[in-house]
Amino acid sequence: MSHAVPLETESPPAAVGVTRPIEWLGLVALLALVGAQLLGVLTSPPDRDMGHLQKIMYVHVPAAWNSFIAFFVVAICSLLYLWKGQERHDLLAASAAEVGTVFTALTLALGSIWGRPTWGVWWTWDPRLTSTAVLLLIFVGYLALRSFVEDADRRAQWSAAVGLLGALNVPIVYMSVKWWRTLHQMQSSPSTVDPEYVVGLRANGIAVLLVLVYFIMKRYRAARVERLAEQLEERAALEGRDHA
Amino acid sequence: MSTARGRRRSALAVAAVILLGAFGFLLYGGIDSNVVFFLTPQELLERGTAAYDVPVRLGGQVQPGSVKWDPEKLDLRFVVTDTGGEAVTVHSTGAPPQMFRDGMGVVVEGRYHRDGVFQSTGLMVKHSNEYRKPEHGDRPQEMYKSLTKGAGS
Repeated sequence: MSHAVPLETESPPAAVGVTRPIEWLGLVALLALVGAQLLGVLTSPPDRDMGHLQKIMYVHVPAAWNSFIAFFVVAICSLLYLWKGQERHDLLAASAAEVGTVFTALTLALGSIWGRPTWGVWWTWDPRLTSTAVLLLIFVGYLALRSFVEDADRRAQWSAAVGLLGALNVPIVYMSVKWWRTLHQMQSSPSTVDPEYVVGLRANGIAVLLVLVYFIMKRYRAARVERLAEQLEERAALEGRDHA
Repeated sequence: MSTARGRRRSALAVAAVILLGAFGFLLYGGIDSNVVFFLTPQELLERGTAAYDVPVRLGGQVQPGSVKWDPEKLDLRFVVTDTGGEAVTVHSTGAPPQMFRDGMGVVVEGRYHRDGVFQSTGLMVKHSNEYRKPEHGDRPQEMYKSLTKGAGS
């Protein structure tokens, strides 16, 4: 970055401030989440083995599913960036990575809360738990990397590589319970789960997906504004140097 | 401009190599397919004398009718079995997890001793991937309370 960068005209701050459609999505997502939680908690009977502890399913599992979706977005956007070199793909990958990281942390925390009364332990080094922890750490590293690298091109390239590598861990996390002998049970399916629970789980999966999309769009907007501010600062610094 | 494009191209090449390498690693058995969190009773017994006195995890099903719980001494004995019919007696102290009962999956951490008893230092319940509503007549809340009571708390 040796010369002044022309500012992108497609996202002036005024246009970024107009967020009405996104806020509508946020409201819909919130209502869907409240509705799905009520549906799940109120309509499903206590489980034969674990009683009402089964209700943790309605937050733990949607968080896990949607963290996978977020990292899938990271993978696609990272590939697109490396292919086409467009800044928007980098910023969208970063936004999805932020939200995916939060959802993975949530998955681990809720799983831990579920594990203590059912398994008897908060944590154990089971392949599913360990691979999920590795996934979280890779994306914490991804976010740290982004904040350490000042050159925008280099930041985008390096984080695209790390983002791809991190997303590669998702199928490993998913398959860990099939490939290896674990404490965590294998994936449930409608044949192992009574319909009373399936309805609530699916509803919450969709509601959390809406929340995920809302969060990513919000973070993407913020990332655009941050990038714009960065470019303004760079230009100001370069102009100041030229005048001196 | 050409340097930026060149840099991007080399980054793309590096990313492609990493990706393909990792996939190959996964596909062609780089990861040990024998990663196990616990041994079954059969696997433990197959080890013979090498199984004695080393820290290990043992997993299987609590043999129905084998649970002996002394609430005053917090002393628990039960038998872990696998589908092959092999069985190992486990001794544990302290209250077991609330879902512990006959027929449940368990993973026990501890050491197998020469007297043929597995001395537990940690007991975990392994839940299946099934979620079922109570059968007619079951009362899960009471079942759940009776489990806690059975643990002597």
